[in-house]
Amino acid sequence: MATPWGGLLRLGSLLSLSCLALSVLLLVQLSDAAKNCEDVRCKCICPPYKDNPGHIYNKNITQKDCDCLHVVEPMPVRGPDVEAYCLRCECKYEERSSVTIKVTIIIYLSILGLLLLYMVYLTLVEPILKRRLFGHSQLIQSDDDVGDHQPFANAHDVLARSRSRANVLNKVEYAQQRWKLQVQEQRKSVFDRHVVLS
Amino acid sequence: MATWQGAMDNRGFQQGSFNSFQNSSSDEDLMDIPGTAMDFSMRDDVPPLDGETEEDKSYNGGGIGSSNRMMDFLEEPIPGVGTYDDFNTIDWVREKSRDRDRHREITNKSKESTWALIHSVSDAFSGWLLMLLIGLLSGSLAGLIDISAHWMTDLKEGICTRGLWFNHEHCCWNSEHVTFEDKDKCPEWNSWSQLLINTDEGAFAYIVNYFMYVLWALLFAFLAVSLVRVFAPYACGSGIPEIKTILSGFIIRGYLGKWTLIIKTITLVLAVSSGLSLGKEGPLVHVACCCGNILCHCFNKYRKNEAKRREVLSAAAAAGVSVAFGAPIGGVLFSLEEVSYYFPLKTLWRSFFAALVAAFTLRSINPFGNSRLVLFYVEFHTPWHLFELVPFILLGIFGGLWGALFIRTNIAWCRKRKTTQLGKYPVIEVLIVTAITAILAFPNEYTRMSTSELISELFNDCGLLDSSKLCDYENRFNTSKGDELPDRPAGAGVYSAMWQLALTLVMKIVITIFTFGMKIPSGLFIPSMAVGAIAGRLLGVGMEQLAYYHHDWAIFNSWCSQGADCITPGLYAMVGAAACLGGVTRMTVSLVVIMFELTGGLEYIVPLMAAAMTSKWVADALGREGIYDAHIRLNGYPFLEAKEEFAHKTLAMDVMKPRRNDPLLTVLTQDSMTVEDVETVISETTYSGFPVVVSRESQRLVGFVLRRDLIISIENARKKQDGVVSTSIIYFTEHSPPMPPYTPPTLKLRNILDLSPFTVTDLTPMEIVVDIFRKLGLRQCLVTHNGRLLGIITKKDVLKHIAQMANQDPDSILFN
Repeated sequence: MATPWGGLLRLGSLLSLSCLALSVLLLVQLSDAAKNCEDVRCKCICPPYKDNPGHIYNKNITQKDCDCLHVVEPMPVRGPDVEAYCLRCECKYEERSSVTIKVTIIIYLSILGLLLLYMVYLTLVEPILKRRLFGHSQLIQSDDDVGDHQPFANAHDVLARSRSRANVLNKVEYAQQRWKLQVQEQRKSVFDRHVVLS
Repeated sequence: MATWQGAMDNRGFQQGSFNSFQNSSSDEDLMDIPGTAMDFSMRDDVPPLDGETEEDKSYNGGGIGSSNRMMDFLEEPIPGVGTYDDFNTIDWVREKSRDRDRHREITNKSKESTWALIHSVSDAFSGWLLMLLIGLLSGSLAGLIDISAHWMTDLKEGICTRGLWFNHEHCCWNSEHVTFEDKDKCPEWNSWSQLLINTDEGAFAYIVNYFMYVLWALLFAFLAVSLVRVFAPYACGSGIPEIKTILSGFIIRGYLGKWTLIIKTITLVLAVSSGLSLGKEGPLVHVACCCGNILCHCFNKYRKNEAKRREVLSAAAAAGVSVAFGAPIGGVLFSLEEVSYYFPLKTLWRSFFAALVAAFTLRSINPFGNSRLVLFYVEFHTPWHLFELVPFILLGIFGGLWGALFIRTNIAWCRKRKTTQLGKYPVIEVLIVTAITAILAFPNEYTRMSTSELISELFNDCGLLDSSKLCDYENRFNTSKGDELPDRPAGAGVYSAMWQLALTLVMKIVITIFTFGMKIPSGLFIPSMAVGAIAGRLLGVGMEQLAYYHHDWAIFNSWCSQGADCITPGLYAMVGAAACLGGVTRMTVSLVVIMFELTGGLEYIVPLMAAAMTSKWVADALGREGIYDAHIRLNGYPFLEAKEEFAHKTLAMDVMKPRRNDPLLTVLTQDSMTVEDVETVISETTYSGFPVVVSRESQRLVGFVLRRDLIISIENARKKQDGVVSTSIIYFTEHSPPMPPYTPPTLKLRNILDLSPFTVTDLTPMEIVVDIFRKLGLRQCLVTHNGRLLGIITKKDVLKHIAQMANQDPDSILFN
């Protein structure tokens, strides 16, 4: 059964997730509201007509004014031809959010950059550091071929997880070691033994 | 960790010899059976403990007579009991009954205090809140993926000087210098040759552009495969076969974890941007299921129960398809038809809610700048004619043929990758395929553009306002309307576009075979749709020109009047796309619904259905399985196909283990084994569970106990309970057996015993046994003969038997 602390932790994470979701929605709404004048346009495409070549007209105008007469300036034809010309034109009102695009690209590139840095650290820097600190290479033991030879060692693992650890640093180190073991296992299943995801 | 190795060595259960039943006199045994209850009570020398009638929150599977269970007040649920090992199948029955117990407890407690009432209400709402969160998160991630993929795809060609984060289309969005003839060119967008050597014309500029294109493609692919390899190897591939298996009850730890989510999102964008012939719909389903799995951890109800969690994952899969295609209903139907195993009605409503929330979130983010969810949404409503059903059915046949061809060749290539040296160099393989794709793709403008854009252009119906090469028709008429154009003869642009498209078709058909299944996230919806769309458009333009030049033929004369818009090549492209997608994945309803949600109208339902059905029939005639089932079989996952009938006349005793010459079935007795005996049994065998019998002579069944629960309980007892040593007796009965004095205390393990294991008799036809396994989601089923335990059938045995009957290799079933 979950301890009270566990329950509170879960409640807290749930509340923070809901807050995050709401803030995403709000951000989206705000970015809608704070529209750049550059982010709105009325685009009129007019095909070739008589002697005039085809042309595309862009203007920053409200939606109710988005039609041929307001947007097409200067009008290439005169007088009675204007109606015929305008009938062929197609005008569409479009809006976008350049802020959203900018923020999204920046978020994506920063996450990608962080992952690349971490990857370089894990593959190149950490082994060098470890070798320097411990004198000889003490990289991750491949003790994970335990399998079911020692079934009770496995149980020990399961029970140990439920005990609380005092030191935060120990916890982080322990979590990172476990994660590395997991990834190594996955890598073996997928890349070496080809049993999953072939 | 890594106990799947043990599962791999699972030799099945050993056989009790028939001799033991013939030795004891049958009369005596038959008499004993009705006396089981009496037998039980005769051992009750120790009076029951008083007053301990606590409601049992035990892990038994809905046992009989659970109302009056006495619980040892020292007992408390041990952490870890009731969980599953990696690469094992869950016990659906146990999980469902656990959920019912939990629900009953909450409902009973809710009458006691206000806090408990609030708790019960919030428990009921937690499902809906979870769906809302899944929709929001999936929609946001899909928006991130769409916007980033758009930008990075165009990065191969150039950069926007107005703002580095704009892609080509958005760069020229507000430009004043866009011309009608060349809607794409604007001075703000600089190609690489313009940036590097200040010019865009000439052979040298072309070479520079070519070189930069290939370079960027290689860089993206290399980053993708390295990230997958270092951080989350489970993020490669499409994900749908594994999700299908997980939803049927299999456990793959880490497949839906947070690292897999992050890496899959990031590398999906990189893979799509590198110009490879792959799509992002399948991986989006995986991303959505990861979101679902991660968010489940916030709710107790779903975190602890594997069956409830799979309901949530079904809904998350629906949300994934919904954001990929902008088709919420299609997403729900896809989840129902392709991905899920058990889909109760409650899940239907919740999936719909999640899909709608996801689609709404994506629309608010507005990734394409025109409030559309998908790049290739079409809006034409021109009618189609009855004689056009013939070319539509032809497209269906093409789709079926292509589907069967693709599945066969792709599986052969993946098998090569799995078994030969090719599989040892995943990074080099990805780089080589990317290099070949990029080098072949650049010269042809239709392969150079991203596949989604290609499909969008092919779906587009040509009007007066279009000036692309594909729409280069000669306008020999003098109407002034913009939309209703008659059939026109093709200009030179159309002919050159046709042969370029034909080359594209060939290249895409060949290269997708080698791309799908590589060690980067790859989907195959978009490449299949592209192949179909190209074939459809070629046929459509052909038909259109035929109708124009031979309008005096009987067929065209009766249906098409001269000067009317008769044939719409865009519609042929759509039908072709549906046919090819149906041929590969064998989707039926969900495909038609997705396509008609993409087109926004019911007019084209008949052509789409005709093509989809034809392609499915043709493809089924050539090969039984869709691509996802074929990959499941290639990987050896324990997936019991729910749609196929088992039509052989074998009996349960033909399939059960132990077989005739194997040693006896390994059983535990209910109260005569010591801790040491049990530990020996566990370490000497690798079975995932043991039946518990009254005694070895009688072989009367008491229940079934799982290996993992035994290990954890014994370990815990050795640590926590005083006096439990190797010679302590383990008992599974309600009360301890009578022990002489000065013996070490006994260990009660009744709470991990499943008192209601499923049994069949040995003469039960296998049809019924397979049906039971499918409908109830069993892991194992005990076989009795005249009331005595005879053997066991596990899910793996059933799968092997089915494979044997279908003349496939029974040893290809790897997991338990």
